[in-house]
Amino acid sequence: MSDYNFAYLDEQTKRMIRRALLKALAVPGYQVPFASREMPMPYGWGTGGVQVSAAVLTPADRFKVIDQGADDTTNAVSIRRFFERTAGVATTTRTAEASVIQTRHRIPEEALTDGQILVYQVPIPEPLRFLEPRETETRRMHALEDYGLMHVKLYEDISRHGHIATAYAYPVKVEGRYVMDPSPIPKFDNPKMSDSAAIQLFGAGREQRIYALPPYTQVVSLDFEDHPFEASKADHPCGLCGAEDSYLDEVITDDAGGRMFVCSDTDFCETRRAAGHAGAMNTGKDAA
Amino acid sequence: MTPLLSVQGLTRMYGAHVGCRDVSFDLHPGEVMGIVGESGSGKSTLLNCMAGHMAPDAGAVVFDTRTGPRDTVTMSEPERRMLGRTDWAFVHQHARDGLRMGVSAGGNVGERLMAVGARNYGQIRDTAVDWLDRVEIDAARVDDRPSTFSGGMQQRLQIARNLVTGPRLVFMDEPTGGLDVSVQARLLDLLRGLVRDMGLSAVIVTHDLAVVRLLADRLMVMKSGRVVEQGLTDQVLDDPQHGYTQLLVSSVLQV
Repeated sequence: MSDYNFAYLDEQTKRMIRRALLKALAVPGYQVPFASREMPMPYGWGTGGVQVSAAVLTPADRFKVIDQGADDTTNAVSIRRFFERTAGVATTTRTAEASVIQTRHRIPEEALTDGQILVYQVPIPEPLRFLEPRETETRRMHALEDYGLMHVKLYEDISRHGHIATAYAYPVKVEGRYVMDPSPIPKFDNPKMSDSAAIQLFGAGREQRIYALPPYTQVVSLDFEDHPFEASKADHPCGLCGAEDSYLDEVITDDAGGRMFVCSDTDFCETRRAAGHAGAMNTGKDAA
Repeated sequence: MTPLLSVQGLTRMYGAHVGCRDVSFDLHPGEVMGIVGESGSGKSTLLNCMAGHMAPDAGAVVFDTRTGPRDTVTMSEPERRMLGRTDWAFVHQHARDGLRMGVSAGGNVGERLMAVGARNYGQIRDTAVDWLDRVEIDAARVDDRPSTFSGGMQQRLQIARNLVTGPRLVFMDEPTGGLDVSVQARLLDLLRGLVRDMGLSAVIVTHDLAVVRLLADRLMVMKSGRVVEQGLTDQVLDDPQHGYTQLLVSSVLQV
């Protein structure tokens, strides 16, 4: 097939990553340090996610990659091709058919099922990073469950904007213990993390951290009693498939201020259109 | 009566150098203890050891917690931290050390409340505004960052931030250092009022004898890591016995 070891990384490295993954699964939400390797892609493109995917892939797996919900963006296409070439695994764009899904910034709209693995690419794993610059101190805060500062951030949001303006990377508390950064997914996706049937793995390559959520883990978004958490999205239906309940991208269509809202999850949108749903701007041809 | 804080034989060495050696005293509820001495005499070391910021080499710091007297030196770190944000408060010499400069005044005051579990934005904000008022900061500045405040205001904000959870014991490290005299006078006035109204106990480290004269009930004089003299403030300042205390008292500039 190729001159690479299966899934690019050597077996010892994969073993090291799997150990970190097991530890992360045993302590949900805890950031496990691991010896992140140099990958043939720049930091910020998903080096952490790729290493986690490489460690969990088996030849029988069917692999899907999404970037901001889309299967056809540069990042998604190149990572998918990377594993096609180095692991020879089957790939798909269908959420339901995939056994391992690597994602950047989204959780698929379709509910994940038993046996699926969702791998997140994480740029900054430390939720307290911009509140407390010292890494030694943030680790101690995690150890002692000293999370008052996290609410200070939300307090600042409300005092400045009148509501919690954090729209992505919205901090969550896992099983009443660790505060975790959910990676930069929109807060619309936060409720999907909780009680999910799939295994959720988070890899941060540059920061050399892995954390995880085992299936059916309780994940609660932080909030105030009088300013409760709200999973917000653009207040429109999808222009192509008419879906009212999916997360939307705003797309500028011309220079005159024309715009449309479309599902950010391309597979979800295509599946709906194939089933006969149509939105207001669907011209019959594949507009996307 | 059980003392609120009982320090027994507290010693801290820096290698061969003495930080502070064999310091013992009792502090009763509602009492303010002043610690004076020249630079390098071990005042700040002593204060940091008592407040749990630094581990002493020997000795005990027994605090009368809500569940009875406990030695805070051997206490577990989570417990000590909990004390640090409920019953204890620490006012730094430089307000910048004690404040979060990137967070609004309201957020600074609210942090301790949120750390002990307050989760109602409206109530936290009301408490913050109330406390800004008590330390004579205009309530309209609740959303301003401390970096836009003057030095005196920053110091008052730091005090508000520390006292918001109703602590019983306040450690102060040169609270008036670096402020000009008129601002110092207002701050002292404010501190005196708060200490009296809230029935606070306090340990104040300073090299300014005027500060201890105004605030402290009792006084401890340190030299080279040891306590050379202690007693009632007026007694020590008006009738100093130890040679060093005599020197200290006579060194104060008369205007």
